[in-house]
Amino acid sequence: MRLPELEALLADINRIVLGKQRPIRLSLACLLARGHLLIEDLPGVGKTTLAHVLARVLGLDFQRIQFTSDMLPADVLGVSIFDRDSGTFHFHPGPIFTQVVLADEINRATPKAQSALLEAMEERQVTAEGKTRALPEPFFVIATQNPTHQIGTFPLPESQLDRFLLKIELGYPDPVAERELLAGADRRQMVADLTPRITPQRLIELQDRVRAIHASTALIDYVQALAAHTRTTPRWQAGLSPRACLALLAVARAWALLDGRDHVLPEDVQAVLPGVIAHRLRPTDDTARTDVEAITAALIEAVPLP
Amino acid sequence: MARASRPVSRRQAWWLLATALAASLPLVPQVPPWLSLATATAFIWRAALTWRQWHLPPRWLLVLLVIAGTAGVVLQYRTIFGRTPGIAMLVVFLALKLLELRAARDAVATALLCYFLVLGQFLFTQTIPTAILAGLTVLITTAALLAASDDRPPPQQQLRRAALMLAQALPFMLLLFLLFPRVQGPLWGIPQDRFSAVSGLSDTLSPGSIAQLSQSDAVAFRVRFKGEVPPQSQLYWRGPVMSSFDGRSWRVTQTSGAYAEIPYAGVGASVDYEVTLEPHGKFWLFALELPATLPPNSALTSDYQPIARQAVRNRLRYAQRAWPEAVAGVNETPRMLRDALTLPTDGNPRMRAIGAAWRTQHGDDGAAILAAAEDFFARQLLIYTLNPPLLGPDTVDEFLFDTKRGFCEHFAAAFVFALRAAGVPARVVAGYQGGEVNPVDGYLVVRQYDAHAWAEIWIAGRGWIRIDPTAISAPRRVSSNLAAAIPAGEGLPFLARADLAWLRELRHRLDAVTNGWNQWVLGYNPQRQRDLLATLGMSEPDWRSMTAVLSVLCGGVMLGLTAWILRKRLRIDPALAAWRRFTARLARRGIVWRTWEGPLAFAERAARHIPTHAERIGEIAALYARLRYGPAPQADDLAQLKTRIAAFKP
Repeated sequence: MRLPELEALLADINRIVLGKQRPIRLSLACLLARGHLLIEDLPGVGKTTLAHVLARVLGLDFQRIQFTSDMLPADVLGVSIFDRDSGTFHFHPGPIFTQVVLADEINRATPKAQSALLEAMEERQVTAEGKTRALPEPFFVIATQNPTHQIGTFPLPESQLDRFLLKIELGYPDPVAERELLAGADRRQMVADLTPRITPQRLIELQDRVRAIHASTALIDYVQALAAHTRTTPRWQAGLSPRACLALLAVARAWALLDGRDHVLPEDVQAVLPGVIAHRLRPTDDTARTDVEAITAALIEAVPLP
Repeated sequence: MARASRPVSRRQAWWLLATALAASLPLVPQVPPWLSLATATAFIWRAALTWRQWHLPPRWLLVLLVIAGTAGVVLQYRTIFGRTPGIAMLVVFLALKLLELRAARDAVATALLCYFLVLGQFLFTQTIPTAILAGLTVLITTAALLAASDDRPPPQQQLRRAALMLAQALPFMLLLFLLFPRVQGPLWGIPQDRFSAVSGLSDTLSPGSIAQLSQSDAVAFRVRFKGEVPPQSQLYWRGPVMSSFDGRSWRVTQTSGAYAEIPYAGVGASVDYEVTLEPHGKFWLFALELPATLPPNSALTSDYQPIARQAVRNRLRYAQRAWPEAVAGVNETPRMLRDALTLPTDGNPRMRAIGAAWRTQHGDDGAAILAAAEDFFARQLLIYTLNPPLLGPDTVDEFLFDTKRGFCEHFAAAFVFALRAAGVPARVVAGYQGGEVNPVDGYLVVRQYDAHAWAEIWIAGRGWIRIDPTAISAPRRVSSNLAAAIPAGEGLPFLARADLAWLRELRHRLDAVTNGWNQWVLGYNPQRQRDLLATLGMSEPDWRSMTAVLSVLCGGVMLGLTAWILRKRLRIDPALAAWRRFTARLARRGIVWRTWEGPLAFAERAARHIPTHAERIGEIAALYARLRYGPAPQADDLAQLKTRIAAFKP
């Protein structure tokens, strides 16, 4: 009993961002779970397009902030400028005052600028010059970062990474999808031609529905068992935090909604697990860090369903 | 077999060394010092082998060591049989077994040997500390045995598992202890090698022999009265009666005609009580004067002392009744009276003269002579003391007229001598006087320092009368206790001193615990077992009904434990149980459910394998997923799931 409006919406995105059904579905789940999304990948694989399309089909405002190393918090949040006509300071809201923000190459900026964005993400409000301004609703940040081994990056610390509900990778498209992309129409034009599938009001309704998705005691036992396993095996430097467990449950709920169910299954948890643990669990063995899918599979297979 | 021949790991070797150490340390006082040293060397050797991972010693060396150890034990004891040589042999074997830990079966053999040595400790002592120590050793040995099969868990976890196993075994142990048919005799009643250290009354009494006993606070016996404890001054615990005097010592006359039944009639109120007698190596059984019943396997001597048929070498418990006011010996045999008048031909001339004077004055009037003797003793102003001076050949004269200082045996001996000199039959009775009620458990504890001696006088028409000459000079000895009667500053055993109240309180508590242990654990005999079963409603159980009760109870405990362990599994979600049946069926088709696999994912995989059943598999999985993970399932969902699974035949 999948929701037709969401199916249509996903079909629209998949038409433009080709061959990436799973990351797209995950990013929509992240949005429905009221979380923020971190995409780590090389430049040019479609991160911006994805963010743009998402904003477009959901009928949301969209802004893009390109992070650079000389960026200041005011460049994100906004700045007060003296208005000579009225003789007062006037606040010019920064690019963050929008519904979908694409924070591009977030790890290029200094920690100061990063934290301005991350605090806004967490609190869903901006405090500038002693005045607190609420951010619009819904509010969704898609941050992208280059792989950290690239030159000129300020890696986000674990505590900041934890503010992103999910971290996904897009990766290169497969040859078929790539060929279709190369042969097809201009993506920018296709995005411009898109019409919103749902209203922001409907989106908030759906977000509320996600919260009401049932997670049975058996399922919560399972989430706890997973977390307990990450905490007791020496494979990771530290186990999953309670906040991470909440994140896992939230995304699994959104995943269940996308599947048209009113309850979460272990399959949902397993499906979203890579995105939840990828930026939260740091393997003790550095060589294993890259292959998130393999790590996740090992974790899943080590924990029987209660 | 592969398991049994697996080599012993380092961790297992450490475990076995620890358990061997725990099992053999308590035996150090029992085995000869050279064996302790040799064992310690073997243990250190074993530790070095494990630590440096050296090779085990060659077999020929071990064979030599076995021969040497056996030879040492034989040279030490002249035998390898018996309690101590047997234990020594086992210690030799244990030490050498540690040096040939090759395979898992050696580990198991070592652990079993340790269990046996734990048992060996009980052949020497059966006290509470021994039991606690043995329990700890059993715990370590069990953990070592667990480690012998799986050495991966850390020590704490092995110990925890061992403790859990022992805790589970505990109810069975209690049931078997209480209900397994008992054999007569104590649990550890093997013949003991020696009895040198036992203190107590002896069958002779000479000046100073009881005074020496008064320095010991060892327990002589414990008494539980059925009713009120009689007043202190009536607590005369009759022991050996001594009629024959050689001028210095009093001796028990070997009387042949012992009574099988009580030869006198009861008068007045009776006192019922139960005695738990500590082993003293002699035949006599102590009883309150005058005994109205005889303990089993005993007889009454012609001077009214119950004696056992066998020497009391193990703690003995017997019920008793006393008639404090009974009159005995009114028609005493001439031979007994003659014995009670006999004096050595010479010695103690002064007392003899006074006695002869009484005789001329009062003639045959025993009562008058007795009054004169009591009056005489009172006027001599004798002093009751723990440290009487040494006496020369004429003990009675010197005590009465020169030193005037003596302990109870001086008083009793002199008094009996005086009366015999006046022609009144008299004899010395040794025993215990008084005792102390332990406020913790209500038992009256009689210790060695309560040992006492008094006199018994025969008066025509009145029979034997108890006279305590000590009471004439030191009435507080009888009315309260030893400490009250002794002049200040004399060395008393700690427990007899009045000023160490806290120590006495502590000792009372310890004594009550020890007594409980003696009564209920060591002294749990067929009689106690019958009493217990009687309170449970089985009056005269034969072995068949005992076995039946035992089996039923053990089965009950087993079921209870099983239920406790299965508690979690019993609370299993019925939907999950049905799902397991379903997956078991598919497993027979080769589609095995992985424990981490979600129901829908599994259904998809199963459907790919057997597409003909795809639809039904999908339905069942969806139903189960909704039941187990969905909100508020429909009432008939579970029934539907069960019927669908029952009908599902892949």
